[in-house]
Amino acid sequence: METLIIHLLNSLLYASVLFLIAGGLSLIYGVMRIVNLAHGNIYAVGAYTTAWAVGRIEGGAPTIALYAILPIGAVAAAALGAVLEPTLLRPLYKRPEEYQLLITFGLLLVLEDVMRFIWGAYPLSASALFEGMGSFSIGESIYPAYNLAVIIVGGMAAAALWAFVYRTKFGVILRATSQNMRMASALGVNVNQVYVQAFTLGCFMAGLGGAIIVPQQGAVLGMGVDALILAFVVVVIGGLGSLEGALLGALMVGVVREFGITFFPEIELAVLYLMAAIVLLIRPAGLLGRA
Amino acid sequence: MTMVTVLSRRLLLSAAVILALLVILPSALDPYQTILLSYGLIFAIAALGFNLLLGYTGLLSFGHSAYFGMGAYAVAFIVKYLKITSMEVFLIGGILASAAVAALFGFLCVRYTRIFFGILTLALSQVLWSLAFKFFWVTGGTDGLRVPTPSLLGMQMAPGQDKMTFLAHRYYYYVLIIFLAGLAVMWVIVHSPFGKALQAIRDNETRAEFVGVQVRKYRFVAFLISGAYTGLAGALWVPLNGLTTPEILHWTFSGKIVFFTVLGGFQTFVGPIIGAVVYNYLETYAVGHTVYWQLVLGIVLVVLVLALPAGIVGTAKRLGLRLRRAA
Repeated sequence: METLIIHLLNSLLYASVLFLIAGGLSLIYGVMRIVNLAHGNIYAVGAYTTAWAVGRIEGGAPTIALYAILPIGAVAAAALGAVLEPTLLRPLYKRPEEYQLLITFGLLLVLEDVMRFIWGAYPLSASALFEGMGSFSIGESIYPAYNLAVIIVGGMAAAALWAFVYRTKFGVILRATSQNMRMASALGVNVNQVYVQAFTLGCFMAGLGGAIIVPQQGAVLGMGVDALILAFVVVVIGGLGSLEGALLGALMVGVVREFGITFFPEIELAVLYLMAAIVLLIRPAGLLGRA
Repeated sequence: MTMVTVLSRRLLLSAAVILALLVILPSALDPYQTILLSYGLIFAIAALGFNLLLGYTGLLSFGHSAYFGMGAYAVAFIVKYLKITSMEVFLIGGILASAAVAALFGFLCVRYTRIFFGILTLALSQVLWSLAFKFFWVTGGTDGLRVPTPSLLGMQMAPGQDKMTFLAHRYYYYVLIIFLAGLAVMWVIVHSPFGKALQAIRDNETRAEFVGVQVRKYRFVAFLISGAYTGLAGALWVPLNGLTTPEILHWTFSGKIVFFTVLGGFQTFVGPIIGAVVYNYLETYAVGHTVYWQLVLGIVLVVLVLALPAGIVGTAKRLGLRLRRAA
């Protein structure tokens, strides 16, 4: 029973971070019809920025300041997104989508090395935050409290995003643009502005995912590319462009990963990719996607 | 004399010059340069196959690492389990294995087009990568599998012969001949009624279906040929590299195949070949000169997409036309 609870908590931990990454990817696709191959690197930028900031003030500052600085990764990722969309992506909307995939692939290569340049080839960690929260006991086992905090942040982010998209005026405009860009434009929506906002929001989510997981896992080169593929699996299962789908997909992938690592480690990744392939074959639009 | 015959005569002439250069080069260059060129030609075979899908059928695969890697791993398995080191067996094994995988993946993938096709090919190629990565007792995991220098047409490398010299001479010519044969076959394919049908599918699927083209079947065959070509390239690549690792099955390698095809220009027949050779030099020198080689390649790709979407060959053609018009 205890082990089951721990497995479930770990699944939720994976799912929280995956939802933040994949939700951003899906939001961007839903509104702009762009699959951003550099999205995983945006997540890595979030992780690196937070780890770097924590490392800078660690030792001198009180622990509470360390927690206060944690969201800086999300802010950095959002700022990056706000710069990238108008400069690199906007010129390509009228071109075939092959070019959009390619430019984000180029961006992936560039960001990978920019991170290597700024933060070096060695991993960064922000484990002070992880250790600072201590742990609690489940039966006879102990479990880090920070993991629980990540799950809570993930859940709150999902709720906030839902409220944002379905309960605000901006959300209405976002959904309208996503459904019919031309019609929205004809009705006076500034589509360029919506695009940059959606892209920034998507990057913010990815950056937040990186920022909250970095105290637990550290930041290493290549983390973005790995995360991107998992996020792909999530959005394919749930449905590209659907936030509910991203949530469902993240939960499924989180559970399969956690139990896969424990019970069938050799084929854990293969099972995930096969799940995505099977969903694509049966329901190409994903479990909760619009056809 | 019409414009067309002038053009084709010029084309034949330049092809003859390039061919002569390719034949003479090993005696003029040092072995390292020749081996580098061999890599370029091998990637060009993969690019030719890949472009049958992208340029002629209009399908962007982000999973061609699967077929390249399958070709390479098939060779490594032939060495490991059958103890055979004949290059001809390698080639047949590589082509058959990659064609089998392409048949399976293609059967699933050709139901989709555009972005879903890209993601499905990517996801399926990652299945192979993760298997190669995890089943280390079969595939050697990240250490990969070694492949010794093979015999060519039954002839072993002479004992005491330098491996470099062997690769830079005999193996280079072996690669060159297969490249030329592959080029000729692909030229016939894209100019055949089948090739025309693929282009019709690319330009307008509905109309192609209307005039009686069996769209899905044609896409499947194109997928199969494309995979087999890429597998052939993988089989040729592995003795040159001496080692196969899961890296060549990873989706970022598929990205490279897309990269060099676009670099050369996917709307032309020769574009992908030029792109593959140029990309190979570009990557080798970037890796040799800086740890930030991905940055260099990434910037090249971004500039390419923004400023020169027609690629090297497409841009050169356009410039040539403009010059001729001005003259």
